[in-house]
Amino acid sequence: MKFGIVIFPGSNCDHDTVYVLQEILDQEVVELWHKDSDLQDVDAIVLPGGFSYGDYLRSGSIARFSPIMVKVIEFANRGGFVLGICNGFQILCEAGLLPGALLHNSSQKFICKNNYILPDNNESAINLFLAKDKALKVPVAHGEGRYYASEDNLSKMRQNGQILFRYCNEEGMVSELHNPNGSIENIAGVCNESKNVFGMMPHPERASDDELGNTDGRLILESIIRTMEEKKVSFYN
Amino acid sequence: MMSKSKVTLETAEKLGLDSNEYKMIREILGRNPNFTELSIFSVMWSEHASYKNSIKWLKKLPRKGDHILAEAGEENAGLVDVGNGLACAFKIESHNHPCAVEPYQGAATGVGGINRDIFTMGARPIAQLNSLRFGDMKLERTKWHMKGIVKGIGDYGNAFGVPVVGGEVYFNECYNTNPLVNAMSVGLMEKDDMISAIAKGKGNPVYIVGSSTGKDGIHGATFASADITENSAEDLPSVQVGDPFQEKLLLEATLELNKTGAVIGMQDMGAAGIICSTSEMSEKGGHGMKIDLGKVPLRQKNMEPWEILLSESQERMLVVVEKGREKDVEAVFEKWDLNCVIIGEVIEEDRLYFYMHDELYADVPASSLVLGGGAPQYDREYSEPSYFKEFRKFSIDDVPEPEDMKEVVRMMIRNPNIASKRWVYEQYDTMVGTNNMSTNFPSDAGLVNIKGTRNALALTVDCNSRYVMADPDVGTQIAVAEAARNIVCSGGKPLAITNCLNFGNPYNPVVYWQFVKSVQGMAKACKKFNTPVTGGNVSFYNQTSIDGNVVPVHPTPTIGMLGILKEKNNQMSMAFKRKGSMIYLIGRSFNDIASSEYLATWHKIEESPPPKFDIEMEYKVQKVVEDIIRFSLVLSAHDISEGGLFITLLESAIPKCLGFDITTDAEIRRDAFLFGESQSRIVVSVSSTRETEFIDFMLQQEVPFSALGHVTRGEIRIDDVSFGFICDLKKEYMTGIENDLAE
Repeated sequence: MKFGIVIFPGSNCDHDTVYVLQEILDQEVVELWHKDSDLQDVDAIVLPGGFSYGDYLRSGSIARFSPIMVKVIEFANRGGFVLGICNGFQILCEAGLLPGALLHNSSQKFICKNNYILPDNNESAINLFLAKDKALKVPVAHGEGRYYASEDNLSKMRQNGQILFRYCNEEGMVSELHNPNGSIENIAGVCNESKNVFGMMPHPERASDDELGNTDGRLILESIIRTMEEKKVSFYN
Repeated sequence: MMSKSKVTLETAEKLGLDSNEYKMIREILGRNPNFTELSIFSVMWSEHASYKNSIKWLKKLPRKGDHILAEAGEENAGLVDVGNGLACAFKIESHNHPCAVEPYQGAATGVGGINRDIFTMGARPIAQLNSLRFGDMKLERTKWHMKGIVKGIGDYGNAFGVPVVGGEVYFNECYNTNPLVNAMSVGLMEKDDMISAIAKGKGNPVYIVGSSTGKDGIHGATFASADITENSAEDLPSVQVGDPFQEKLLLEATLELNKTGAVIGMQDMGAAGIICSTSEMSEKGGHGMKIDLGKVPLRQKNMEPWEILLSESQERMLVVVEKGREKDVEAVFEKWDLNCVIIGEVIEEDRLYFYMHDELYADVPASSLVLGGGAPQYDREYSEPSYFKEFRKFSIDDVPEPEDMKEVVRMMIRNPNIASKRWVYEQYDTMVGTNNMSTNFPSDAGLVNIKGTRNALALTVDCNSRYVMADPDVGTQIAVAEAARNIVCSGGKPLAITNCLNFGNPYNPVVYWQFVKSVQGMAKACKKFNTPVTGGNVSFYNQTSIDGNVVPVHPTPTIGMLGILKEKNNQMSMAFKRKGSMIYLIGRSFNDIASSEYLATWHKIEESPPPKFDIEMEYKVQKVVEDIIRFSLVLSAHDISEGGLFITLLESAIPKCLGFDITTDAEIRRDAFLFGESQSRIVVSVSSTRETEFIDFMLQQEVPFSALGHVTRGEIRIDDVSFGFICDLKKEYMTGIENDLAE
């Protein structure tokens, strides 16, 4: 598969994401500069973590106006796979591609640590091949990661299987005790109605390298790749 | 306009220069300086920029080694060959004075400054560490310092995108007014890509790139060279404001610029701004510069020439470029939306001419301003204080042994110097860069993966300033030894150090004695461990004058050490792996509680010599541990430091929630055995299947070792008495600091 990694000024997980997709998962990767408007025929797009444009106003609020985002939005509306990680998730919410918003952590502090998440269902490319009862250790690192959506939105999302992951403990128990940022219903990741745009606060690319002793995040990225490969096969058949 | 106004000795004194220095300036110029020129000398000859009170002793530190590519004082940071054609640039720096009056911005700009020192050489920063000292935890001022400083480091470093892989946090009332904030950055580059901080080649253009210049931080270097007093808050404009977003852009642009091959030299602008970078780069290249300050992009109106020269606005660089390559250079900065403006050119003579449009405001020889050129160097008086001998009279026999050790344990694990620093480090991004190998396998030093090779870096910062206070020579040897020990326990080999020397007022003979002895101790230890000093900084005037009483901080020579794992499979964790493993002590315990955290907090005794330390034994212990890790004879290794053996065992037990069952030594007092801090001791765990091999190996060594007990499923037992379960102790240990802060 050919992945495009969007680079905003202030992105700082761009190299990590490129490294994991290219060196560890053996995918073709191109970098998409924020001032460009050519998507270079990619099969999927990743918006990496970081502090786009400094994020001094509200995380992601400026990035959504960049030239590349016009194309990313078109791509998403055509059904292309778009994954936003951390700051990327914030940008997708600001751009209206994902429901809800990300607020300051309830502790009002930046938090970086290993945390467990549980797939809520197996209905999207990103969690299709994950075991529903196995918690994954995937680190978080953010100051604004408290997911919020209105009750109306939440109930639609629940019915439609749009809640991707929830924070939990090592055994997969979802409770407020294991919620690192105060997210509503422990939500760690969501997708859009047509299940081709994904956003998550935890960083799967930080849990993908054997040399760091944790590869739970790789399963998430592999799930997307496998879904795409199977789709492509069925498309050509 | 003040810039050209006449000056007198009184003006010079107001700017921190003395009468002799004023005389020297008049001799150098052959006339009276104007205000701009005097300001130039005042910042360049301040302690912060010139090292005038320390350089004589710093020169005695070992600086050479086969693997050293840039020695101390040669470039913005030390550079070490780490194999595979790669070089590692690393340095530690203080930002104490700004943090005392404006904790958030002070800490943030400290992080910005040290990272700029690394990437101005062409290296990409890949890891950060920091060493923080705060006052008494109960004081509101301490909490204000702590919250602001930690948030400042986090907000800047997190956005900049470099992981924090290690650090230390101490509390002591000597830091009540004047906290210490030492930040270290470590970068990696291809060996041949180094950018030098040099200006040469007549006619080559001089660029200023990055942020615009404002009035922030003017006379910051002078500010950092004076005592912190209750009036210091009035110096607030001396503190700069940081913008990590600009820094991130500047980083990417700098590394891209280096690829063009158009760069002759580059230096970041930190203390003393434009004047510092123009003079240091010129002196290094044996050239001069002609600069038009009117071309410098400004962020505020009505700035005078001297203000533009001295401004410490952050996120700026001075770049000398090969003439004819201007377009290539400008294209890079346009891509990153950064200022990139020619402000002058390199000239052949040793002279700096500063114009404002067509009018000349300053004309000074570049070499007269810098260290090794015309800057003064002093030999300060020092004398051994009476406390030094007093402390040696301490005897453990005068200290009663507590009856209930469980009570001591409960107090120790809540003690902020012992308790988990989670509240601090969880506010830092420790994983960006996907190279932190210690996240999932905690180790004594932070291990950083060098992707695509078999190597990893091992990094640590260390200094127990109570030991240094008790005996600056031995205490500093211990700081170096502990840093090396941490690297060895993680599976690495020590390579080199950087240092941050935090002391009181150098004009105080006792403080200066502490400084001299400390540098001597460092030299001894660095020779022993073959870890040359590659640079760092000196921060004097760390003291408080309240109601006329001057109290210096403990002498605090923070050691930042770089080590390497030639084979990353040698990575060793401090964590016990499974129940049933045998626990051994390598090194010997003594009937010694001197300078321990236990003695200071339980018995409230601060007056004692440093703990038992023998540098030869230390070296042997480290060699043995290096071998047993290489031969895979142990499952974990963790050194004994603050809190003694008990805390070391607890820290090894916590990651996997295991317990331990040990027996104390009948020859040694139980409090000394459990909480004493005699040096050169390492706790290892050994699997039962390899125990015989381990013992056979150890018997052939010249290092004492003894069996302590075994790892349990969760209970902690000492001499067959239960001390409770790990989950409960862990909770106390993890939450100690956050509970104190909430009070």
